[in-house]
Amino acid sequence: MSSIDIAKQTLLQPAQIQEQDLDKLLYTLSGQTIDAADIYLQSSRYESWSLEDGIIKNGRYNIEQGAGLRVISGEKTGFAYSDEIVMPALLQAAQSARAISQAGQSGQIKIASQLPKHQLYQSSNPIERLSSQQKIDLLYAIDSYTRQLDSKVKQVMVGLNSVFEVILVVSSDGRLSADVRPLVRLNIQVIAEDNGKREQGFAGGGGRYDYHSLFEQDRHFDFAKEAVRQALVNLDAKETPAGQMPVVLASGWPGVLLHEAIGHGLEGDFNRKGCSAFSGRIGEKVASPLCTVVDDGTLAGRRGSLNIDDEGTATQSTVLIEKGYLKQYMQDNLNAKLMGTRSTGNGRRESYAHLPMPRMTNTYMLAGDTEPDDIIASVDKGLYAVNFGGGQVDITSGKFVFSASEAYWIENGKIAYPVKGATLIGHGPDVLTKVSMVGNDLALDTGVGVCGKEGQSVPVGVGQPTLKVDRLTVGGTSA
Amino acid sequence: MQKQQSLEQLLQQVLDKARQYGATHAEAGLSVSQGLEVTTRLGELETIEHHNDQGLAITVYRGQSKGSASTADLSNTAIDNTIKMACDIAHYTNEDQYSGLADKALMPSQILDLDLYHPWDLSVEQAIDITTECETQALEFDAKISNSEGAQLSTHQGLRVYGNTHGFIGSYPSTRHSLGCTMIAEEEQGMQRDGWYSSARDAALLQSVTEIGQIAAQKTLARLGSQPLSTRKASVIFAAEVAPSLLGHLMAACHGSAIYRQSSFLVDALEQQIFPEFIHISQQPHLKSAIASAPFDDEGVLTQSYDLIKQGCLKTYILDSYAARKLNMTTTGNAGGTYNMIIETGDKDLAQLLKQMDTGLLVTELMGQGVNLVTGDYSRGVAGFWVEHGEIQYPVEEITIAGNLKTMYQHLLAVGNDVDLQRNIRTGSLWLAQMTIAGNA
Repeated sequence: MSSIDIAKQTLLQPAQIQEQDLDKLLYTLSGQTIDAADIYLQSSRYESWSLEDGIIKNGRYNIEQGAGLRVISGEKTGFAYSDEIVMPALLQAAQSARAISQAGQSGQIKIASQLPKHQLYQSSNPIERLSSQQKIDLLYAIDSYTRQLDSKVKQVMVGLNSVFEVILVVSSDGRLSADVRPLVRLNIQVIAEDNGKREQGFAGGGGRYDYHSLFEQDRHFDFAKEAVRQALVNLDAKETPAGQMPVVLASGWPGVLLHEAIGHGLEGDFNRKGCSAFSGRIGEKVASPLCTVVDDGTLAGRRGSLNIDDEGTATQSTVLIEKGYLKQYMQDNLNAKLMGTRSTGNGRRESYAHLPMPRMTNTYMLAGDTEPDDIIASVDKGLYAVNFGGGQVDITSGKFVFSASEAYWIENGKIAYPVKGATLIGHGPDVLTKVSMVGNDLALDTGVGVCGKEGQSVPVGVGQPTLKVDRLTVGGTSA
Repeated sequence: MQKQQSLEQLLQQVLDKARQYGATHAEAGLSVSQGLEVTTRLGELETIEHHNDQGLAITVYRGQSKGSASTADLSNTAIDNTIKMACDIAHYTNEDQYSGLADKALMPSQILDLDLYHPWDLSVEQAIDITTECETQALEFDAKISNSEGAQLSTHQGLRVYGNTHGFIGSYPSTRHSLGCTMIAEEEQGMQRDGWYSSARDAALLQSVTEIGQIAAQKTLARLGSQPLSTRKASVIFAAEVAPSLLGHLMAACHGSAIYRQSSFLVDALEQQIFPEFIHISQQPHLKSAIASAPFDDEGVLTQSYDLIKQGCLKTYILDSYAARKLNMTTTGNAGGTYNMIIETGDKDLAQLLKQMDTGLLVTELMGQGVNLVTGDYSRGVAGFWVEHGEIQYPVEEITIAGNLKTMYQHLLAVGNDVDLQRNIRTGSLWLAQMTIAGNA
């Protein structure tokens, strides 16, 4: 069955809503002073299982569905939503949403289904692919495997969750688009103890596929090993020297640097309003010539990928920075229109109860040609940051910060010892100009990223090759 | 009131049905809320959002095995499916001797009226006028205020119902309103952004439109000309607007779940001196109209006033019934969070604290997540002001502060009397003896 058929069956048929009812809704939303309007129908099923103290502690199941109705007139947006997908509730929400505009007539809208441009993931429900018993057996297996890895492991917490989401978007230009989105994720957290000292380690991953791909080739045991390894490394970690120094960032998840330092500042809404440190800088040099950064929503099965964004636009691969020059912002419909350009398929929303805005998908830097070992060898004294907790950016001043959960001190081109509590802080428009080496080892993260903006969370991906920033401020306790 | 009664009845039906489907015990929460959010920017309307939310969450116990499910769809079929799902899940989860409802004896026989419900009868047009005026106050404050991210007003009212198979059902309505704006100031060096907002249960208790706009403008202007510092050790004052964060880590670290998981730097810290003797922190959940007041917690347990820190000593962990049973203690009625945590203040305001500190860093913004509650290691990005001779010298940014929460708490020197009463954690500015600042050299 196609995504559109699944969406119609899931979202429209239970309430016996026909295409002409959608016409009627669009008609109610529309008026003479309206530039655009859309209806977003969503159904989501969420399931999670958690293990702690060696037992299955809890399972959770959540059902949610509803519709968000939006009207746009110039820079104005009217928005209302309903938790029920039935015509009376939808018509009432439409009346509320259109309050920004004058009543009036608009022409007949003919709705036409849009065929998907790409199919990046299966449209099957991951929740149903394994039985509850199979899922909890996997959690037990992970628990006992993790505990036998090292006697210092004192606590193991495992979380397994999956989401199955069906969306249908109808816009006032008559386009009807749909997407069926699976998303699974496994998290492992361990607490290790040695001589009264305690530390933690995290690992996990997932993507838009079902549980079989998540557990193939014992990936779950690899995550377990990784979580234990991190906790043990941190048990031996020393204080981080504070100050400015060269910083080598490992490949993969440290790409969160790009997400924070560059990505948010290149979102269309901030630039339309002129409040980003990157506003008005298209065509300018903002990075070293070694840096090419893309936002790519079209990678098969990735956590940040989407067939279409939440406005029905097909996702794409957008070059943000090419060989150091700023090429493009990420756009949704509203901001693209106001800036005289086209949506880049980055219009995303947390749910039907939230307004869409420009958001990242999978953001990463393309590979260079240096061997990663040579990059570390080039540093006399500096930091090698391998894993990060999370980050934050002030898009106006451009200041960003992110915290390492695993890092090492480099001395004479060699990794000397692990350090703890290193926080990196810098200036977004500046940091990539100081990139002097880029590795040949591009890697994307394992699929755990969550991005928050204006109170809305969406899943994202990041990635990068190993790279060296010549000078960055490292926060530590040892001055 | 009628709505309240009908939701309580619905909740009772949910609990009865859970029993029919085989649950030994069950508990459920129901909430409905409506709201309006209006944003204007540069004098023009930007968004009008009408909010309308509802949800049911149920947890069932088959013996000591637990299952949970929730739904935003309150139709009979959806509710029925949700209860069945929860019961089904409880077939697969393990017996956990510590799980279950809270003790019946801890539930209130009468629901206290804490004066939390003050609906704001406000038309969209009135809301637009208020946000426009708030932003105008900020824009006209100084020519260097060059741009705006907009002013936002939100008003929400809701009803919360909780019940369990001990026979307890309680409900209460509440409201929450807020108004604020975020401004941008510009000069040759670049742009800076900051803002201010006020929130309250009763719109009459919000700060005035003029005050909010002007504070937003002042805070934004004060950041212009920010520069890094060189790496050094110095005394640090957390301004009242960021000080709650520092105490928030204390709440998280002495939460029962962090303690029984051994994932807190405060494991085995009960009755230990973790602050200097002059520090007292207590929970006061029944303050009238306060943002974080509640008559009962998420398990129906009567919320209570208690000392968390007395003369610098940790007097209790923060517990729900599960963590309490795990630790062989009694719940403190904190399922779902803390309810007005209040630190006893000293007699000095921020200006006097700066005088007394003489030289050091005043932190007004914290960035990033560099807090490890297992070890207490603390390392975060900050912005603020460098202080010498007891006076602010210049704004600073692109620096970090680092230390360990254990020693930071031990070396707390003073609590200012400049408390923001609109927060869940009520504290004035906090002065710490010494931290490591990392900067540009």
